Amino acid sequence: MFDLPVLSLMTFLPLVGVLFIVSVRSTDEEVMARNAKNTALFTSLFTTALGVYLAMQFDPADAGFQFVERMEWFPSLGISYYMGVDGISLFFVLLSAFLVPICILASWHSIKTRVKEFMIAFLILESLMIGTFCALDMFLFYVFFEAVLIPMFIIIGVWGGARRVYSAYKFFLYTLLGSVLMLVAMLVLYAQVGTSEIPVLMENPVVRDLQIWLWLAVFASFAVKMPMWPVHTWLPDAHVEAPTAGSVILAGVLLKMGGYGFLRFSLPMFPEASEVFAPMVFWLSVVAIIYTSLVALVQEDIKKLIAYSSVAHMGYVTLGIFTATTQGIEGGIFQMISHGLISGALFLSVGVIYDRLHTREIGRYGGIVKNMPKYATVFMILMLGSVGLPGTSGFVGEFLTLVGIYQVDTLVTLFAATGLIVGAPYMLYLYRRVVFGKQVNDDAAKMSDLNLRELSLFIPLVAMVIYFGFFPGYILDRINPSVDRLISTYESGLQKGEMRRAALLEAAQVKPAAGLDTQAVGTVPAFAPVHTDDAMDGGDLPMPIINYNE
Amino acid sequence: MTFEYLAVFSPLLGFIISFLFGKKIGARGSQIVTCGLMFVAAFSAINLFFSVILGGTQYVVPLAEWVSSDFFSANWALRFDTLSVVMMCVITIVSTCVHVYSVGYMSHDPHRSRFMSYLSLFTFAMLMLVSADNLLQLFFGWEGVGLASYLLIGFWNTKDSANSAAMKAFIVNRVGDFGLALGIMACFVVFGSINFETIFAGVESKQDLSVNFVGFDVHALTLIGLLLFTGAVGKSAQLGLHTWLPDAMEGPTPVSALIHAATMVTAGVFLVARFSPLYEYAPIALMVITIFGACTALVAATIGLTQFDIKRVIAYSTMSQLGYMFFALGVSAYGAAIFHLMTHAFFKALLFLGAGSVIHAMSDEQDMRNMGGIWKKIPFTYAMMWIGSLALAGVPLFAGYYSKDMIIEVAYADQTWFGDLAFTFGIIAAALTAFYSWRLILLTFHGKPRADKHVMDHVHESPPVMTAPLLVLAVGAIFSGAVFYNGFVGGHHDAHHGEAAVHAEVTPHAGDDMHHDTHAEVAHAEEGHHDLFAALNDRNLFWQNAIKVLPENDTVDAAHSVPFWVKKLPILMSALGIALAYIFYLVAPSLPALFSKAFKPVHSLFFRKWYFDELYDYIFVKNSLRLGLWFTWADRRIIDRFGPDGFANASAFVAKCSSRFQSGFIYQYAFVMLIGLVLAMLWIAPFDFSGLIDVLKSNFGK
Repeated sequence: MFDLPVLSLMTFLPLVGVLFIVSVRSTDEEVMARNAKNTALFTSLFTTALGVYLAMQFDPADAGFQFVERMEWFPSLGISYYMGVDGISLFFVLLSAFLVPICILASWHSIKTRVKEFMIAFLILESLMIGTFCALDMFLFYVFFEAVLIPMFIIIGVWGGARRVYSAYKFFLYTLLGSVLMLVAMLVLYAQVGTSEIPVLMENPVVRDLQIWLWLAVFASFAVKMPMWPVHTWLPDAHVEAPTAGSVILAGVLLKMGGYGFLRFSLPMFPEASEVFAPMVFWLSVVAIIYTSLVALVQEDIKKLIAYSSVAHMGYVTLGIFTATTQGIEGGIFQMISHGLISGALFLSVGVIYDRLHTREIGRYGGIVKNMPKYATVFMILMLGSVGLPGTSGFVGEFLTLVGIYQVDTLVTLFAATGLIVGAPYMLYLYRRVVFGKQVNDDAAKMSDLNLRELSLFIPLVAMVIYFGFFPGYILDRINPSVDRLISTYESGLQKGEMRRAALLEAAQVKPAAGLDTQAVGTVPAFAPVHTDDAMDGGDLPMPIINYNE
Repeated sequence: MTFEYLAVFSPLLGFIISFLFGKKIGARGSQIVTCGLMFVAAFSAINLFFSVILGGTQYVVPLAEWVSSDFFSANWALRFDTLSVVMMCVITIVSTCVHVYSVGYMSHDPHRSRFMSYLSLFTFAMLMLVSADNLLQLFFGWEGVGLASYLLIGFWNTKDSANSAAMKAFIVNRVGDFGLALGIMACFVVFGSINFETIFAGVESKQDLSVNFVGFDVHALTLIGLLLFTGAVGKSAQLGLHTWLPDAMEGPTPVSALIHAATMVTAGVFLVARFSPLYEYAPIALMVITIFGACTALVAATIGLTQFDIKRVIAYSTMSQLGYMFFALGVSAYGAAIFHLMTHAFFKALLFLGAGSVIHAMSDEQDMRNMGGIWKKIPFTYAMMWIGSLALAGVPLFAGYYSKDMIIEVAYADQTWFGDLAFTFGIIAAALTAFYSWRLILLTFHGKPRADKHVMDHVHESPPVMTAPLLVLAVGAIFSGAVFYNGFVGGHHDAHHGEAAVHAEVTPHAGDDMHHDTHAEVAHAEEGHHDLFAALNDRNLFWQNAIKVLPENDTVDAAHSVPFWVKKLPILMSALGIALAYIFYLVAPSLPALFSKAFKPVHSLFFRKWYFDELYDYIFVKNSLRLGLWFTWADRRIIDRFGPDGFANASAFVAKCSSRFQSGFIYQYAFVMLIGLVLAMLWIAPFDFSGLIDVLKSNFGK
């Protein structure tokens, strides 16, 4: 149906750009840098163009995976190169493709050393990000998901600020810990169900007790990426030390991998465990919203402040996703996209003044509305988006998640909705201290307003923040069918679990001593064999490789 | 159909043009564009008013889809019924006056384009609020006016006090919005929709419904009513969330007139009136509203007595008058509340703009202690302030007389304990209102000049561009009461009519089912067209179905037959207040000081605004910052220490220990090997040394 392998093209085009950059050799440092920048920009722009094509060809009514590509990879193990997007992943792919050229443009002058390597790292990062959101094979996903860590680690560690090494290692340590557990979970899942194809796995949940363990294992990975409280402390450090472009991509795309993981793995594959752990997630999210908002209030470092605000905004996402309601999940996805735009742009705007004054300390600025009126306007709109004012995209996501959670638990809602209150002061206070007030620092008073290059970075972002605030339909209409499908998968998973337990209970009552070990039947064994009628409705699945009862 | 779009979107266009192209078209260009478009909007709104009142039609103009997620859907749409067109007329007329006035008032400001654009932005948001046909669009307008208010309070953004006031306004309002947002969600869960039509149609069937909220089973409609009212408390500066309003006076005076007196702060009143079909079935919510309103009316008036900043006095007066409106709502007299909203908009905007004219004349002096003796120099402004104050005090024939007395009468007619409370507080506040109004006039205009000579020499009447709007508002402040009395609250109650038309609706719009369509046809057939005179003389014809009052709650009807003394008491109290003010500030000017000394604790309670600010600062502001610092500490010292840093330190420690073994000295390695060897042998052959001993004996034991 689709002749063009768009997803593979989008994923690997940046790597072609890398090849170009590597293959040009010159003794002149400047020529190499310029070549690298131009190549990176054009490759990423071309990827964006492919993204536009993808968005236009995407069928909004289709809930399933589109643009599916499939090639054998490890045929003996049944692992394949399997790509596709649905409404849930589409916008993350687009967001990645959209933000990378902006990041490259933002680094045009601010990256002065090892320009070539920086551009290479960024293109590799883009390739891996897009791959993560397109992968439909669990192990393929894992490879992309984990590999993202490497270029990001390098970007922070090489082009970062003074404490970059500490931050880079902290980032690495946190995320690695989660990934190891996730790999174990994937191997167990593979062993149990016998396939690594995500769509099949979604339809075949394992037994409840195993779900609990696997859920916790993947949660460790996604919660760190998100990041959820209390495993969020790597984020402020990483943001503070990362170069502007690194921060943008970190806040804009990398954090969304956690939420995407919850949507792809936790909710559909482990529905019963998700139900069990949902209250825990809710309260962690509520703590994140309130705790980090208050922490943000007392920060003196602009980037740290915005980083903490990210944690609070991601709190809404986790809250929404685990409500398993249409509004909650759609709100969560929308919030992620909106946060990608807003916080990405906020980090860009921090970069703008950092480039001029080389400090992130709030107290060093003040009254810059006088010499930077355009900047003040852009920053104002972004601030309002972050606060979640209706008419910006920030509102839609936040409000929908709250509508979702209200249907599930009003007490949680009561606390989460205080985010409306505590979410405002820190941004207003930041704005007041940086943009308004008297000009106390002569250097800050002399900063020049946004130039054409910077304006061209902000205008698309700001336009989208406002457009999606007034007309979120473009996004909501496309994610809706897939979300409905996700919810029905989730609910049928719960039903299957219910039936399975009922069947076991019945078996225990009907033939208590029919040659079976009574003790084992009375309590559901942790590694029970897969019931053929459950696991096999996927069709022609290979038999489970390991049966733990043997 | 064009008037509908023009009325709402002209201000938006004005905002966009003067904001984006303000530099290109210049300050004068922005002023012409925004004012011109405001005239268009006002003209359209008045047109709509007549077409809705005369045509007897209510309708919704759908614009576009906004948020749609499963059943949770909200469209951009414009709803036109009596309530919304009345609000639109008030908003656009006052806004036009303020736009024009601002041309003169802000003439020395370098950012005139920006100022005009913000004013237009505000007007647009306010129009979106009142013309919403669902709660989400209302919320959009609600937050939009909050944003405009924030921007305009902090317009002089180099002033720290202005920035603080702007932030305070935003954040305190957010506390109210928190309640409003929860109310919207509760509405969605209870009614399955956030469209007004669906909600109002479902109210009757849900009147006994209980829902669980944070673990308690509560009456659903009361819950929704109270949550929505929380929003109103914030936006309309009712007691508890009022602290932002006096501080908001840091903004330029036209802003205070438009936003913090005439329109935005009345959004809460509008919200409750809009939800009259729901509140009618939530008597406890109504009771709470009455009590809040009554207390606000009284407390604000007491504070107003003691303030010296001319704008703050009027601000507290606004708060007090909003209290009146709320207790009118609380006793189901929605028409009376909106009536007072309208008259108040005119006379309070007049007072504010008049005060602005005074401040302008006095070279930006706002403290009444530094004024006095200027009435001869600015006679026009003086006259305007008199008209405004007469209307505010409720002197017969002026607008306030009709609306305020009506409110006091409905409170009496309610015949409940909280109605009586409101009546008592209302009567006392009426005297206080008259007192502080004349205190303001006497301190500002009469007595000996207390300003220095330089300022006094500069006192001058404002230019025509500022006085003309005052004149328009003065006309409203004088005549709006008498002209619209019968329409808003007059006429006889017709129970049958009210009942039949309860659900009558509206031209079909997206999401409406057949059920509604049939109702709409019935309504059209019943009502049809009627003439202006009839509409303005019968409140049922006037309001149509925009507000709903249950027959047994119809206090407006009952208010027409209250005892004679109830009707006359407010005027008496006002007269008393005015007389006292004359004695205190003209006849015996030493009295105020004496009184404030004699009643020191009471005076300081009033003067320090009942210590709300201090209390909130202590409880909320300080503690938030403290918690923030504590959590920051916890991030470093607890999470990091036992998390990644702890892990890193632990592994570093282990590595350090194990690195000791790699010293590089052969003899150490040999020694360790030897020990290992011995240990291994011991492990292999524990306690069985007999063989070894035999070997040793055979070799060495000779």
